[in-house]
Amino acid sequence: MPKIKIDGTEIEVENGLTLLQACEQAGAEVPRFCYHERLSIAGNCRMCLVEVKGGPPKPQASCAMSVNDLRPGPNGEPPEVFTKTPMVKKAREGVMEFLLINHPLDCPICDQGGECDLQDQAMAYGVDKNRFHENKRAVEDKYLGPLIKTEMTRCIQCTRCVRFTTEVGGIEEMGATGRGEDMEITTYLNKAISSELQGNIVDLCPVGALTSRPYEFKARPWELRKTPTIDVMDAVGSNIRVDARGREVMRILPRTHEDVNEEWISDKTRFVWDGLKTQRLDRPYVREFGKLRAANWTEAFQRIAQRMKGVKPERVGIILGDLVAAAEAFSWRQLAEQLGIKNIDCRQDGSPLGEKGGRAGYLFNTGIAGIEQADSILIIGSNPRLEAPVLNARIRKRYLKGGCAISVIGEKADLTYPYHYVGAGPESLTQFLAVESPAAAKPMVIVGQGALARPDGRQVLAAAYKAAVRLGAVKEGWNGFNVLHTAAGRIGALDVCALPASDGGKATLEMLDAAKSGELDVLFLIGADEIDTTALGATFVVYAGTHGDAGAHRADVILAGAAYVEKQATYVNTEGRPQMTQRASLPPGDAREDWAIFRALSEALGSALPWNNLDELRTSMYKQAPQLLKLDHRSEAVTAELADLAAVSGAMSHEPFRSAVSDFYMTNPIARASRTMAECAALKNVRALEAAE
Amino acid sequence: MLADKDRIFTNIYGFHDWGLEGARKRGCWSGTKGFIEKGRDWMVNEVKASGLRGRGGAGFPTGLKWSFMPKVIGERPHYLVVNADESEPGTCKDREILRHEPHLLVEGCLLAGAAMGCHTAFIYVRGEFIREREHLQAAVDQAYEARLIGKNNVNGWDFDIVVHHGAGAYICGEETAMLESLEGKKGQPRMKPPFPANVGLYGAPTTVNNVESIAVAGTIMRRGATWFNSIGRPNNAGTKLFCISGHVNRPCVVEEELGIPFRELIERHAGGVRGGWDNLLAVIPGGSSVRMVPAAQIIDTPMDFDSLSKLRSGLGTAAVIVMDKSTDLIKAIARLAYFYKHESCGQCTPCREGTGWMWRVMTRMAEGRAEKREIDMLLDVTKQIEGHTICALGDAAAWPIQGLIAHFRHVIEERIDQYAANPDHDGAVRRIAAE
Repeated sequence: MPKIKIDGTEIEVENGLTLLQACEQAGAEVPRFCYHERLSIAGNCRMCLVEVKGGPPKPQASCAMSVNDLRPGPNGEPPEVFTKTPMVKKAREGVMEFLLINHPLDCPICDQGGECDLQDQAMAYGVDKNRFHENKRAVEDKYLGPLIKTEMTRCIQCTRCVRFTTEVGGIEEMGATGRGEDMEITTYLNKAISSELQGNIVDLCPVGALTSRPYEFKARPWELRKTPTIDVMDAVGSNIRVDARGREVMRILPRTHEDVNEEWISDKTRFVWDGLKTQRLDRPYVREFGKLRAANWTEAFQRIAQRMKGVKPERVGIILGDLVAAAEAFSWRQLAEQLGIKNIDCRQDGSPLGEKGGRAGYLFNTGIAGIEQADSILIIGSNPRLEAPVLNARIRKRYLKGGCAISVIGEKADLTYPYHYVGAGPESLTQFLAVESPAAAKPMVIVGQGALARPDGRQVLAAAYKAAVRLGAVKEGWNGFNVLHTAAGRIGALDVCALPASDGGKATLEMLDAAKSGELDVLFLIGADEIDTTALGATFVVYAGTHGDAGAHRADVILAGAAYVEKQATYVNTEGRPQMTQRASLPPGDAREDWAIFRALSEALGSALPWNNLDELRTSMYKQAPQLLKLDHRSEAVTAELADLAAVSGAMSHEPFRSAVSDFYMTNPIARASRTMAECAALKNVRALEAAE
Repeated sequence: MLADKDRIFTNIYGFHDWGLEGARKRGCWSGTKGFIEKGRDWMVNEVKASGLRGRGGAGFPTGLKWSFMPKVIGERPHYLVVNADESEPGTCKDREILRHEPHLLVEGCLLAGAAMGCHTAFIYVRGEFIREREHLQAAVDQAYEARLIGKNNVNGWDFDIVVHHGAGAYICGEETAMLESLEGKKGQPRMKPPFPANVGLYGAPTTVNNVESIAVAGTIMRRGATWFNSIGRPNNAGTKLFCISGHVNRPCVVEEELGIPFRELIERHAGGVRGGWDNLLAVIPGGSSVRMVPAAQIIDTPMDFDSLSKLRSGLGTAAVIVMDKSTDLIKAIARLAYFYKHESCGQCTPCREGTGWMWRVMTRMAEGRAEKREIDMLLDVTKQIEGHTICALGDAAAWPIQGLIAHFRHVIEERIDQYAANPDHDGAVRRIAAE
């Protein structure tokens, strides 16, 4: 641990730290534009210059110099760094002046205003007079797609966006062309960027060159109320901040969580917010003479109670959708028990998860951060780039570090990193098991919903588990058996056992069959839209949810609920980490928070749920699933029952695995209501057509 | 004055055969095997003892540079990269070596490679050098054919030479930008540390040397370090190719001993200054990147690294640009400012933004369309660039202007006065009309 003296204070720092990091540890502020701790070092903005004693008589870029590069003094005294000397001040002023001479004076109409690094640092380190009397440079704007708006005249060529897209995003589409003052940041072919993480370059851009196109000219940062919450667009549980003005959500930004999303979020997470405003169910509806009509809550509940009267519990089904929070799933399970309903299922895709193997049987046991320790990864039936882009970035990060063999069984897609392609379907898995010898110390097996949500899901799950065992992935101190979920609500619902009763309860597909053949009288779809709602026969359908999507179209009664930014709800991410969303906005119109709706419904059905408020509901939920109480704590699942997974008879089919997500931008009702997401999806289709030609 | 017997480049004018036969007649490739057999340390020490300083401009001792390479070849191979991207305005010496003495370079590569444990050398030739590259490639092919280099060659050190053609960017002459370019990336300098001797081409230990530094290595070993060191002045030993251009009667490239007084150099080899010595105005003694020196100061100065740096200028590549009194100095420097603005890679802020600013101000000053306080501002801008950039291009862009302001501020002021006194200036009218 080298010692170093910074502005007179001696500190001991870790090996390999940059001077900039060391200065920060010593409490000295160093301005910077190009430096970003999660990207490679470019050293090109020259803003972080510091004075180094004993070095050459010129300032040094502190971001690019390691503490180990400094030599101690002649008598072994620690090297000295200064951040406040006149030389440093002059250097910063000089660099600042250069950055500003060609920067337009359009701050009043710039979306970055108020959160602009250049603005802030110009205030702190710049001079207030202008000596540049030549014409300013103007740069043509570039087209980067529907998400990112460019104003390239504002660009200060820090190359953060280029480094992000190539390093984290794994696409080589952005770069700098031209030389000297003619250097321009562009996509090489002036085409939209194809990364699912591209929105992050908006955050990375220290100036207003890259801004959010949907948020264009919408609001100023200081008028927004910022609510830290959790994302539900995939099962990663990315930490986000929802910025709202009044009750209108204006934008969504990432929050840093080292173990989950670092500081990235996917484009769906970031740009889905316009979907919160359209197609919303803002009041209850009932179907009359074949048409839906606005109603009030009493009417809606009465209608359901009427229909439920005298219906045998085995002729009632409950399907919980992808965005249902843990407490909501819990209250439905409780209600089902009270009413004697055995047909309840939280797996609307029909996967066999949660039936066997205990909690470890459906979690991403290694953890997202654990990916970085793995030394071999086998991906089965999943396209993590589409199913969990942020998690995929973690795999890419692991790949970049080197020494990690990645194999894929399933779709042969571009995952942003090279992999060994084993094959498309179950045969390849069987073959792989027969051939591959365990060589890695910390192997991971990731099995996706595409491999499980199919008739032979149980067998595939068993085979995947066997693969994990064969590779030595499940052992003391390392659990490399991972299920990658796509639904944010699924794990929480599994944790509270929202599953068909073991004595004859019907699972999703059986319920759907029963509905079709008239064996089901009432079906509750709780935010379940990803099922075939057109083939439900004459069943009386109650839909509780937020958007006028597939479920609502088929419904006989609609109960209007709250979306994830409008309620405080627990979601468990794919690695089993419970996190709580916060209310950033209010449900529209007459819509209510879901737990309150279900409590009221239970009363109307004559079987009131045994709690009166959210706290009481949670308390009873925590009794059943105590791990949910520990927010942001990943309780490791016991592996004892995991072996049960293998005890399955029957063979796998020959059908190749398909990813559970075919259209990344259209996976849930909120995204399907979003205009931005629709544009992205359309663009992607065009690109796919072009590629096919 | 260098005696003919002490010349290293005996065919620099191309009067004789540049091929292998001719080179052999002139002594090239003789004893090469013996030097390699004496071992790495001997070769490095010989170059160290010769006092050879890098001929690319910075004047860093070549032997010392060679000794920075790891002593043992580790996991990664060692590479030698020869910088033949000679693009500095005024400099045209490497070109003559490539054309007329390519075998000295090829032999030098082998020796330098053996001295640093390299089995591969890359020669990065400037994009505009077409014939030069052909000659060099031919010489390399001849050497392969004669088994002087290649696998299992007669000299006993496996060695490959790759001649790489640049695409014509000045910045690729910067050693780390050259490595980037060789790797197939955009030619932009890397940050140092780490230095190429630790992490260079493809992450392997690499030494980048100028063509001339490598080409003299063979002769130094043949004739001994003492011989080379006895030529020139202390700390500025040996012979050097001078490229004399500008307002002299016979511009030329000539090999001379370091430390030859300027007057003698010009009189003897370039036929004197055009219009006589009284007509001399200023000299840029080391290629466009160094500060100019006014006539009075330079005339009797020994042309070597230390004497010129005492004048706050430098020997650089020894490209002597002579300017007589007909020269419009401001315009000349404005043209150089344009060159640097055009060649800046655009990576780091001070150089990217500053070179354009300086050029624009210089262009106005060449017309006189400026204010006197802008002279100090310009000087301040050059200081804001100098020393704040990743590579030395920023410095190189700043120095010519600093030299101009240091020595000829009065010329700029007169020009401004002239312009101010005559507001209906032709140029101004034309400019307004054009706009």
